[in-house]
Amino acid sequence: MIHDRYQLAFKLYPYERSTDQDAETPVRHPVVVMGGGPIGVATALDLGLQGIPVVVLDDHEGIGMGSRAICFAKRCLEIADRYGCGQPMLDKGVVWNLGKVFHDDRKVFEFNLLPEEGHKFPAFINLQQPYFERFIVERVREAQAAGAPIELRGKNRVDNVTVHDDHVTLEITTPDGPYTIEADWLIGCDGASSPLRGMMGLDFEGRVFEDSFLIADIKMANDDFPTERWFWFEPYFKSGASTLLHKQPDGVWRVDFQIGWDVDRKKELQEENVRARLDAMLGDVEYEIVWTSIYTFQCRRMKKFRHGRVLFAGDAAHQVSPFGARGANSGMQDVDNLGWKLGMVIGGKAPESLLDSYDVERVHGADENILNSTRSTDFITPKSRVSHMFRNAVLDLAEQYEFARPLVNSGRLSVPCVYDGGPLNGPDALPGGPARTRVGSPCPDAPLKDGFLLDRLGGVFTLLTIDAEAPEMLEEAGVPITRLTLSAGDDTSGALAERYLGEAGSGVYLIRPDQHVAARWDSFDETAIRAALRRAIGLE
Amino acid sequence: MADLILTPNLDRPDDFYAALIAAHDGLSDDESAALNARLILILANQVGNTETLTAALQAAAKAPEGAAA
Ligand SMILES: Cc1cc2nc3c(=O)[nH]c(=O)nc-3n(C[C@H](O)[C@H](O)[C@H](O)COP(=O)(O)OP(=O)(O)OC[C@H]3O[C@@H](n4cnc5c(N)ncnc54)[C@H](O)[C@@H]3O)c2cc1C
Repeated sequence: MIHDRYQLAFKLYPYERSTDQDAETPVRHPVVVMGGGPIGVATALDLGLQGIPVVVLDDHEGIGMGSRAICFAKRCLEIADRYGCGQPMLDKGVVWNLGKVFHDDRKVFEFNLLPEEGHKFPAFINLQQPYFERFIVERVREAQAAGAPIELRGKNRVDNVTVHDDHVTLEITTPDGPYTIEADWLIGCDGASSPLRGMMGLDFEGRVFEDSFLIADIKMANDDFPTERWFWFEPYFKSGASTLLHKQPDGVWRVDFQIGWDVDRKKELQEENVRARLDAMLGDVEYEIVWTSIYTFQCRRMKKFRHGRVLFAGDAAHQVSPFGARGANSGMQDVDNLGWKLGMVIGGKAPESLLDSYDVERVHGADENILNSTRSTDFITPKSRVSHMFRNAVLDLAEQYEFARPLVNSGRLSVPCVYDGGPLNGPDALPGGPARTRVGSPCPDAPLKDGFLLDRLGGVFTLLTIDAEAPEMLEEAGVPITRLTLSAGDDTSGALAERYLGEAGSGVYLIRPDQHVAARWDSFDETAIRAALRRAIGLE
Repeated sequence: MADLILTPNLDRPDDFYAALIAAHDGLSDDESAALNARLILILANQVGNTETLTAALQAAAKAPEGAAA
């Protein structure tokens, strides 16, 4: 029997019997993804769009009801856009720029994300996670219709795995009983409490934070609150030790109360008790409660994300506190990083060891996220008298003096990871080149005459030349390098030159399929480019 | 004379704050207070200039309007 562990928001992949269930011997698949959350489905989409057959197994038949994530960052949306589902997210999402920080009944200060011009996507959108996931699944359906070999199998629970040197055997339970399949590669995307980690006896270490948070998503009858992020430290209305108010689509507001460690969950979730907190905060306002939940969290990661033929991604590999919106946002960066590497290994273009760079680069990303979200959590929920005193001293000072504002930490919002010092990095040989496009960085967007730069990058290796000569096409180790020929004048706003040339007069960038800079020079140097490509695919 | 700087001047504010809190890990309240006192005196010596220090004392004494203490 398979019982639902949570309610569904959208039933998108109802159980269907697969021919694998009637096979005499277990059917072997190139890639199996365990877990159909946002990270698992996005992984399947990346691989499927490359033409690699992939099967997703999820123990439910669709997307969970609760809106967990609400803030999706620019880089995450850019990755989704490369897969063809960024636009519906942007269309549905709420764009916000202004944040206000309060202490007790006083405003400490406000900040503006100050959106930089010339990007297809804003710094952040707010969108309920079920919508985010639905747009990815809808894109999978579209890709399937166009021939992408992706299969989503609902109510397929993985109960056991046996890991061999060159494949993995999976035992699966369905409403029709059990069956077995094999996978050349298994991707573990089965969430923070990953049963796969347990089956393989793998570690997941880090810090537990002793605090609980009560989420109430509400719809206000009179919806005239501004589209801003409001954060209270020790609010005067006493509904929590801290409180967050943030807008989502469909007129829904996220309210998040910090309610302490030793709480009676059942009691706290009773509607009258949730309403008592909301009423104290909102005063005489009518609202409807859409969803409530209590969560606690940890900041931790697996020691290694690759274990032979098994790779972990998303919450299964790393978990952070929600402050900073680094969970799903970083999971999507895992997918972005893993997809092309696995594609090249399966296609025989790169050695298996290329996948070790997934481990190095994404562990680096996870550590950055854990550090930031741990610090935010320490600031928001100080655990000793002295840290509480310093926290409040910072807030008192920040109200009067600008200097203390950078110390106020109500969440350091997700920014993309730069793979500084990464194993695939080639030379950074562009004197005067901007720091933001240094080797290892994700390419920042820029406006072009007809669309945006990022629309022209990704999926393949690209040689971006700006006011530099180069051959149209190169091939090294069987991997084509496609040229994108631009001139600083292609962007009259000057953003392209500012972001990619800096002080330099010309630039040549080798860009990976995940839109990260592999190497850069001031002019075309064939030998150097060939060497950089070999390095970027793990050949040296 | 060096004016008191009240605009952002820390090169890595989050790193500094984390180190500051970590320095107090495992200390009793009295030990923490003593650590703070020593730290203030060390930083005062680094500043040196009396006028700047006087201005800092005044800035610190001023609680935000409406704040309890
Ligand atoms: C309150 C809260 C707020 C958050 N806010 C943000 C935010 O603003 N921004 C952000 O980026 N992130 C945020 N996050 C984090 C975000 O929700 C997660 O990072 C994201 O859901 C991780 O996706 P995933 O696909 O890795 O895992 P999950 O979404 O957990 O998916 C795992 C899937 O695996 C399936 N599964 C489990 N076991 C099995 C099995 N044995 N067999 C088959 N399938 C199985 C599950 O049913 C599930 O579908 C927030 C989280 C919380 C709790």
